[in-house]
Amino acid sequence: MDRGLDTGRFTVSLFSAPAPARPSPAGQPPAPAVWQALALWLLPLAFLLVFFFIPLGKILGAAGQGLLQSGLSPTAAERLLRAVGFTFYQAALSTLLTLLVGLPGAYVFARFNFPGKRLLRLLSTLPFILPTVVVAAAFNALIGPRGWFNLLAMEWFNLSAPPLNLLNSLPAILLAHVFYNTTIILRVVGSAWEQLDPRLEAAARVLGASPWRAFREVTLPLLRPPLLAAGLLVFLFDFTSFGVILLLGGAHYATLEVEIYIQALHMLNLPLAGLLSLVQLLCTLLLTVIYTRAASRLNIPLTPRLRGEGAASPRSLTQKVLVGTVVLMLFALLILPLTALAARSVVRLEAARGQRGTFESGLTLDYYRELFVNRRGSLFYVPPIQAARNSLLYAGVTVGISLGLGLPAAAALSRRSPLNRLLDPLLMLPLGASAVTLGLGFILTFNRPPLEARSFPLLIPIAHSLVAFPFVVRTLTPVLNSIPLNLRQAAAVLGASPLRVWLEVDLPILARAALVAAIFSFTISLGEFGATSFLARPEFPTLPVAIFRFISQPGGLNYGQALAMSTLLLGVCGVGIALLERLQLPDERSR
Amino acid sequence: MLTVENIHKHYEGQPLLRGVSFEVGAGETVCLLGASGSGKSTLLRILAGLEEAESGRVLWEGKDLRGVPVHERRFGLMFQDYALFPHRSVAQNVAFGLRMQNLPPAQIEQRVQEVLRRVNLSHFAYRRVTDLSGGEQQRVALARALAPHPRLLMLDEPLGALDRALREELGQFLREVLHESGVPAIYVTHDQEEAFMIADRLILLHDGLVAQDGTPAEVVQQPASVWVARFLGLSNLLPGRVISRQPLTIQTDIGLFCPSGCPEPPALNETVTLLIRPGGLAGQAAADAVNTFAAQVRDVIFRGEGYRLTLTSGGHTLSFHTAQALPPGWQGQLAVNADSLWCLRQREADQHE
Repeated sequence: MDRGLDTGRFTVSLFSAPAPARPSPAGQPPAPAVWQALALWLLPLAFLLVFFFIPLGKILGAAGQGLLQSGLSPTAAERLLRAVGFTFYQAALSTLLTLLVGLPGAYVFARFNFPGKRLLRLLSTLPFILPTVVVAAAFNALIGPRGWFNLLAMEWFNLSAPPLNLLNSLPAILLAHVFYNTTIILRVVGSAWEQLDPRLEAAARVLGASPWRAFREVTLPLLRPPLLAAGLLVFLFDFTSFGVILLLGGAHYATLEVEIYIQALHMLNLPLAGLLSLVQLLCTLLLTVIYTRAASRLNIPLTPRLRGEGAASPRSLTQKVLVGTVVLMLFALLILPLTALAARSVVRLEAARGQRGTFESGLTLDYYRELFVNRRGSLFYVPPIQAARNSLLYAGVTVGISLGLGLPAAAALSRRSPLNRLLDPLLMLPLGASAVTLGLGFILTFNRPPLEARSFPLLIPIAHSLVAFPFVVRTLTPVLNSIPLNLRQAAAVLGASPLRVWLEVDLPILARAALVAAIFSFTISLGEFGATSFLARPEFPTLPVAIFRFISQPGGLNYGQALAMSTLLLGVCGVGIALLERLQLPDERSR
Repeated sequence: MLTVENIHKHYEGQPLLRGVSFEVGAGETVCLLGASGSGKSTLLRILAGLEEAESGRVLWEGKDLRGVPVHERRFGLMFQDYALFPHRSVAQNVAFGLRMQNLPPAQIEQRVQEVLRRVNLSHFAYRRVTDLSGGEQQRVALARALAPHPRLLMLDEPLGALDRALREELGQFLREVLHESGVPAIYVTHDQEEAFMIADRLILLHDGLVAQDGTPAEVVQQPASVWVARFLGLSNLLPGRVISRQPLTIQTDIGLFCPSGCPEPPALNETVTLLIRPGGLAGQAAADAVNTFAAQVRDVIFRGEGYRLTLTSGGHTLSFHTAQALPPGWQGQLAVNADSLWCLRQREADQHE
C-alpha cells in the first residue's frame, strides 16, 4: 500500500475490529430487522464488488493465465525471487532501525517531561499524513545531490562533486522509512509505557534489582505485546512501501511493489505483474493476520493511569543527557527534511553547468511562478499548477464517495447485527491490498469504454475512495457505537419519533467524526501515488504524479518545481493535521 | 390512573418478572423498592415502552398502551445516569421535549425558564451539561423530564450516582418538587431510607413478584414475609411453631411468645417465623415467663441516642436498641413487649432463600 494513508492514533485500531457496542444496562433493544441491515450494506458492498473484488479476480486470472501458457521463465523467476528477497530484507532492516530510534523516544515520552513535548507530539503526527512523494522530495532536498547537505559542503570545502551520494541507495530508503515509522513506535509503545505503573519498576528496584535488571524482568515483559504489535505494523508498512523506494531507491532497488509497477507499466508484462501482485497479497495477508493476533493481545489490562502521571522532569545528569539527545534526534528526524524541503523550494543555490563559483544564490519564487507557465517541451501539455487543480478536484470527489459509502456502512456496523461478524472483515480487505495492486487491477479490468482506465477520470477518485473507505468506517463506527443507547431512549421518551431521534441525537454527535473522516479521505486522496501512477493520464496529472515526473528529470528548474509542488502539498497536509488535532474526538483523547 | 397487570418478562433465559401487578393513583408517588437485579429498572422500561413485556398489560386510564410507541406515551423518564445530551446546553436539554411537541418558541422559552427556576438552575441555562457536577446534572435531568408536563414521571435510581450528603439534600428536594408538581410518579430505588423519604406508597419487588404493597409505615410495622423483614433490616427472626391460636402462642428455641397481631391467623402447628423488633426490649424479667428469654450480652455499642445490644440466646444472635446499657458478658432473663412481636407466615417466595 502507498504510505501516507496511515492516520495516527487510529493505526492500532485499524486492523482489529472496533470494540463491540456497549450492551445496554438492562435488556437489549429489539433486534433490527436483517433486511434493514442489508439495505444499508447494499451500496458499500456493491462498490467493493465492482471496484475491488472483480479487479482482484482479474489479477489472479492474469497471473494464472500467464503461468499456464508460458510457465515461469528463469529470468522472471529470478526477478520475482530477488524482489521478494529484497522486500523482506529492507523491511527487516528498516524495522530494526526504527525500533532503535523509536524505543528511546518512547521511553523518554513515557517517563519524562521536557520543554517542547507537546510540540514534538504534534510533529510526530505529521509523517502519518504526509504523502510519500513529499517525504521523498524532502529527503532529496536534504541529502540529494542538489540537496542542502551536498551544496553547502561543496560550497564550504570547494568540492567539485557532491561528497555524499545517498540518493539511489539503501540508506536513503532506510532513512525515509525511519522517518515514517518512528511515530508508530512512539505512539504504540510510548503510550503503553506511559500506562505502565512506574511503581512496578520501583518495587523491583527495592527488591534488589539493578535498573537494567528491573527493565528486563518487569518493564520489558509487560511491554512485549505493544512492542510486537508496533514492530509488526512497522514491518508491514515497510514491506508495502512504494513511493519511497521508487523515488529514493532508484533502478537498482526493486521491492515487490516497485517490480509490479515496472513490469506492468514499463515492461508491459501483465502476467508477471499479476503474479507479483499475488505474492505480495499473500505476504501482506499473512502479516496482517499475525499483526491482528498480536494487536488483539494489546488489550491486556494494564492498570489505567492518567496521562503524564508517571512522567517527571529529568534530574540526574545522565537523564538530562539522555533526554536531551533523544529529543534533539527526534526533532532533527522530523523537522530537518521538511524544513529543508520548504527552504530549498524558495532558494536558488546552484549554478548552471560549468559556471560554478559565479552563480547567484538567493531567495526566489521562480519555482512557484514557473508552476503557472505552460512551457513548450515541458513534461505535460498543461501548466503544472493544473496538477494541483486536478488533485483538489479528485480529493473532493473522494470525500463524497468515501463518506457516501462509509456512513451507511458504519451505521450498519453499529447495529449489532449477526451479519457484522462476516461483513466487517470484508470491509477492511482493501487495506490488505496495496495501492499498486489496486492500480494494476483497475487497468486489467477497466480496459474497454466506457469504463476505460485511461479515459474515465472518475476511476482515480474511486481508487482513492477504496483506500480511504476503511479509514472512514473506522472513524465513524466507534463514534456511532459510543452514543449511549439511553440518549436515544431519552429522546424517544421525551417525544421524539425514530427519525427525529436520528436527526437530533445521532447526527449532531456524528458530525464531528464525519468531518474528521472527510479530512482523512481528502488528504489520503491528495497524496495517493501508488494507484494514481497507474491511472493518471499524462495531461491529467495529480500533484504526486507531477512531483514524481519533475523530480526524475534533469535540470534545476524541474527540480525546483518538484520541490515547490511538494511544499504546497506539505502545507495542505499541515493544515489537515492542525484541523484533525483541533477536532480530536473526545473519546480518543481520554482513551 | 396507571394500572399494571400481570407483567411477565425473561432476561437471558431467567424469569425476571413473574406476574407483577400494581396501580398508581393521581398525584401519588410510588417507590419500587428491591435489590439490584430484581427487575425494577426493566419494569420501568416496559412502562415507558422501551421494552416489551412477554405477557401482561399496561393501562393508562383504562386504555391499553400496547402498540403505543415510546414517543407517544407522554411519560417522563429520568435515567439512572441522566442521559443528558452532551452536545446541547442545559436549556436546550430542558427544551427538547417541548420542541418535540412543536410548541411555539416563546412558550418553550418561558417553560424552560420556569422549570430551571424551580430546580435552582436559572444561572446555568447556557452552560454545557458536561461542565456540571453530578448534583447539577441530576437537577437538569429532573427539569428535562418535568418540562413537557408528562402524564407520569418515572425516576430510575435518580440519586444512585451521588454521594451520601448530596443524596440526603437532593432527596428532600425531589420530594418537594414531586409533591408540588402533582405528577404521579414511580420512583425506583434499592435504598430503603431513600424510599421512606420520597414515597407515599412502597412496592417491594422480590423474585419477580410484588412482595408487599403498602405505605412505608404499614410495610415496616407489618412486613408480609421474612424476605421483606430482612430487606428492611429487621434481623431478629426466630423459627417457631404455632402451639395455640387463641391467644396466638408461638414456640421457639428460646421460649414461648405471644405476638399481638398477625395478618391472617396461622393454623395450629403451622411453622412460622417470629419477628422481634429491635426496639422491643422491655427490660430484665424476674422469671421464666411468656415473652421472655435467657440471654447473654455479647457486645454493647454506644450509638449516640442509646445503645445497641448484641445478645446470644440459644444459639441465635439478636440485637436491640436500648436506652440503657448492660455490661458485656451479663447473663439473665430479658422480657420483650408483646406489640413488638410479629408473626410471619411462610411464603412461596421465601423458600428460595
